[in-house]
Amino acid sequence: MALYLLRRVMQSVFVLVAMSILVFIGVFAVGDPVEILISPDADQEEKERAIRALGLDLPLWQQYFVFLERALQGDLGRSFVFNEPAIQLILQRMPATLELAFGSMVIAVLIGLPLGLYAGLKPDSPVSKTIMAGSILGFSLPTFWVGLMLIMVFAVQLGWLPSTGRGETVEVLGVGWSFLTANGLSHMLMPAFNLALFKISLVIRLTRAGVRETMLMDYVKFARAKGLSPARVTFVHIFKNILIPVVTVLGLELGGTIAFSVVTETIFAWPGMGKLIIDSINVLDRPVMVAYLMMIVVMFVLINLIVDIIYTLLDPRVRLEAKPA
Amino acid sequence: MSTTTAAPAPRVETPFRRFVAEFAASKVAVAAFFVFVLIALVAIFAPWIAPQNPYDLAVLDIMDGRLEPGSVGGSGIVHWLGTDDQGRDMLSGIIYGLRISLLVGVGSAVIAAIVGAVLGMLAAYAGGRTDSIIMRIVDLQLSFPAILAALMILAFLGKGILNVVIAIVVVEWAYYARTVRGSALVERNREYMEAARCLALPSHIILFRHLLPNCLPPLIVIGTMQIARAIALEATLSFLGLGVPITEPSLGLLIANGFEYMLSGKYWISFYPGIALLITIIAINLMGDQMRDVLNPRLKK
Amino acid sequence: MKRTIRLAAAAVAAILAAGGAAAQNLTMAVGAPVTSLDPHFHQLSPNNAAAQMIFSRLVGTDAQSRMVPDLAESWRAVEPTVWEFRLRRGVRFHNGSDFTAEDVAFTIERVPNVPNSPSSFAGFVRPISRIEVVDSHTLRLHTRSPYPLLPLDLSNIYILDRETHANPQTELFNNGTLAIGTGPFRLIRHAMGDRLELERNDSYYGEAPAFARVNYRMITNDSARTAALLAGDVDVIDQVPTADLARLRRDPRIQLAEVTGLRLIFIGLDHMRDGPSPFITDHEGRPLERNPLKDLRVRQALSIAIDREALTSRVMEGSATPAGQFLPPGVFSHVPDLPPPPFDPDRARRLLAEAGYPNGFRITLHGPNDRYPNDARLIQAIGQMWTRIGVRTAVEAQTWTTFIARAGRQEFSSFLIGWGSNPDGSHPLRNIIACFNRDRGWGNSNRGRYCNEEIDRGLIAAMSELDEAARERQLQDLQRRAFQDVAIIPIHIQTNIWASRRGFVVEPRTDEQTVAQSVRPAAMR
Repeated sequence: MALYLLRRVMQSVFVLVAMSILVFIGVFAVGDPVEILISPDADQEEKERAIRALGLDLPLWQQYFVFLERALQGDLGRSFVFNEPAIQLILQRMPATLELAFGSMVIAVLIGLPLGLYAGLKPDSPVSKTIMAGSILGFSLPTFWVGLMLIMVFAVQLGWLPSTGRGETVEVLGVGWSFLTANGLSHMLMPAFNLALFKISLVIRLTRAGVRETMLMDYVKFARAKGLSPARVTFVHIFKNILIPVVTVLGLELGGTIAFSVVTETIFAWPGMGKLIIDSINVLDRPVMVAYLMMIVVMFVLINLIVDIIYTLLDPRVRLEAKPA
Repeated sequence: MSTTTAAPAPRVETPFRRFVAEFAASKVAVAAFFVFVLIALVAIFAPWIAPQNPYDLAVLDIMDGRLEPGSVGGSGIVHWLGTDDQGRDMLSGIIYGLRISLLVGVGSAVIAAIVGAVLGMLAAYAGGRTDSIIMRIVDLQLSFPAILAALMILAFLGKGILNVVIAIVVVEWAYYARTVRGSALVERNREYMEAARCLALPSHIILFRHLLPNCLPPLIVIGTMQIARAIALEATLSFLGLGVPITEPSLGLLIANGFEYMLSGKYWISFYPGIALLITIIAINLMGDQMRDVLNPRLKK
Repeated sequence: MKRTIRLAAAAVAAILAAGGAAAQNLTMAVGAPVTSLDPHFHQLSPNNAAAQMIFSRLVGTDAQSRMVPDLAESWRAVEPTVWEFRLRRGVRFHNGSDFTAEDVAFTIERVPNVPNSPSSFAGFVRPISRIEVVDSHTLRLHTRSPYPLLPLDLSNIYILDRETHANPQTELFNNGTLAIGTGPFRLIRHAMGDRLELERNDSYYGEAPAFARVNYRMITNDSARTAALLAGDVDVIDQVPTADLARLRRDPRIQLAEVTGLRLIFIGLDHMRDGPSPFITDHEGRPLERNPLKDLRVRQALSIAIDREALTSRVMEGSATPAGQFLPPGVFSHVPDLPPPPFDPDRARRLLAEAGYPNGFRITLHGPNDRYPNDARLIQAIGQMWTRIGVRTAVEAQTWTTFIARAGRQEFSSFLIGWGSNPDGSHPLRNIIACFNRDRGWGNSNRGRYCNEEIDRGLIAAMSELDEAARERQLQDLQRRAFQDVAIIPIHIQTNIWASRRGFVVEPRTDEQTVAQSVRPAAMR
């Protein structure tokens, strides 16, 4: 296991370096920050000064090495627009995004798992068919559309929930959290649900598919033949088996959720990382874009690592310590 | 649904015939199939069906903009589903938009599935270094937020339908690869694979005749969902100002464009394309569900 | 839940109580995020609006963008190259420090030296060659040559305190430590990209703000901003999307504040190439040998082919005024006899035929899709109109980031773009019409590279004319010449729109800035 971990970590470092190059080139390909940032009546002299001030006068590879050198010292550059360390800006926004992402995971599991289980155990009932048809809506409706619809219905028409923003926060460990206040929670509900929509459908489908397959497995048939109660069969034997794909996919989705919260955060004016990154893209704030992407990469590499380990633990059939080549 | 009490097969039973017979066992799936065929036909024959060519700026007139459903425009056409802000006939816009959405959704899902499945199986089957390299590329790919990756690719390539397909394939293939590898890893150690290897069958036979069918069910689940996801991703890209050109709107772009008018009560600009998108995606998914049940060797007795 | 009910009850009670109590707080939502509270770091409209609430300037601007006394009570050119400013007495910064001429001198010295500034304010103080502090409240600014625009330029510079801001790091402004000015509001809290929390500065020298507390929120999505207003979460919004105007006008709970702004939407044309222009071809797709846009008749044809009334009524839903020049009536150096070019497609076709294009040609019209209200819709509609006179138009909309980089490289043949003018004709003339010239520092946004040396010579003269009446005549004449030559095709001037809940009145500003001091409670019965 230790050897396996070490190997995975080394591979991960390689992934990071490769990604940093890709990210750098990718970010470079999108437009010219000076054209965006500078006032349109600034003269050439002023433009050249800005180019030098932002370190854009160097060739790309030199900029990359400057970046790499600083990155190794923990400095991912300064935002062009905010003139603050990019990493600090991102960390400030991270709690908001994290709580939204976890909130949406909780909603997805709470709604998705029971519905999926039901649809899998009673595949022919009309309720199951309705569940499955409903789950299609979850991933076919564009997020922005659902988000705005939620605002229209629950904030504008019914007035039940606040339309946008984060509401009251409580400081714990030096950062503000919304989920600890009633007001904050009410602000969180709609964006978290909006973000969860896709995952609810995903969980329903995965659970149903998993249940249907395991129901026909010999060991489940055997358990039933042995006279174990249906509840026990469901929750011990079937549940354990369907958790594997659900864990895998939700693990992947967590990272995706954090990255994908861009649209939801924009619509609900939720001051998280997603909103920061879309604002940064709009003004080509390269250091923030690079720092953000690198953080996402790090997070994903970690999540993948964890998922792989859980995978091994849950399903001994998978031997990740593949034969030496 | 799966009440296939061994339908008596009088004729020679080919795998395809068996597939058709089992697929047809679900009336819902058959209905979905016909709806899909109808949608596909409408998309293919759009120029002959649509009352107007919505891509031709010369036939559009902003003076006909935002007409209610059933109005008659300046050119004498009856706009059954109304017009959008440019005076584009919504019915024609939807018919042409279907074409683009299907092209983007199905095209990118199929290409991504092929790329992903081949690489995923290869990774699982070959193991060792090949596996490591492929899976690290997958990690690399998955670690990149889809929207940002698509945004950069489109900024690099420029707008266009083909470019959107490329962007979505680049973004999505890794999902397939990972999923397929996951199930292939499990399958690899099963008895029938051992047997196949003992018989010294060539690798490509083992891969495509034995391993692939067993990896198909999750692939189809993911695939049908990815068609929907690709269409939705394209809509989101359009919402963010990327995606397909504004003069050749997809369903997603029509929805995004019309959405701004929802508050003012001009629902039709966004509503009807939404309905069309929904029907399309539901049909694809219902078909996918049934196909998965039919193709899954483990659901058979 | 109980809590919510209690809150709701409290809210109802507050509304029922004397109207004055409810009007103590103001929540407003703006569409463009404030990115820095350092008033000299990034020249950007939302940042300037934030600065206008916390800091003040020597020369202020009122809602019509006219110069008004602010920290300076009066100013005049005592010699052609010397401007004298008499400063207001008894002004204190939020921390109690006195405002004196030394602070102005300090500020002017700081402006060009802000580290890492992506868009500096240095241009506004560059004409100043020497700062002379006459006494604690009198200041003389010397310029190299006669410079009539100095007071207007200084209306962009927010004044800092020599003592308080001795170590003026941008970060310290952003976290609130140094966000200390002489303006009508004090900063309580700055949640970057989310909101500013402000409170009334009770020792403000000017008109006291109407609200004790202001929550200045940033909601970038247009529909979400309107929804927040309709849901009652905010009292005032800016940048009202035109698509929602019809609904908001009907809603009795909402009122709108509108004013014709200073932003002209126009089409830039490729004047640079004499040979083939990249996006112009004949009807078979072959590049044209000569660039047709170099022919005045073609430019005139393209201009009068556009039905500006239709664009403003259909696409903009009334929130724009058709224009034939940069500035709207009532602004210094507006040209009275320069109406919007009349819509005349028949004459346009004749002009094309005279120019040798009886069957027209093909062109691509580029534009952004996320910059100006309805930008992508406008280029499609203009494409329709050009196509009708035989110029078959393809339309390509891109995000601003991509668009502006390409426009800056002269990649387009025709492109839709906007220009927000200072209330002085020399500003658009210098940047849009004047030849691209590094030494003069002109033509900075002249992306079509129009060049007419005569206009430039006239502009040089106008730029040093201290007699306002004479200068206005010169600038009018120069603008007339530029538009008669169709250097650019003007489309319309945008209307700036704010929406508020009943009970809140917004004074609309022509400079598009959303500031809390523009909002007042409606007169109570």
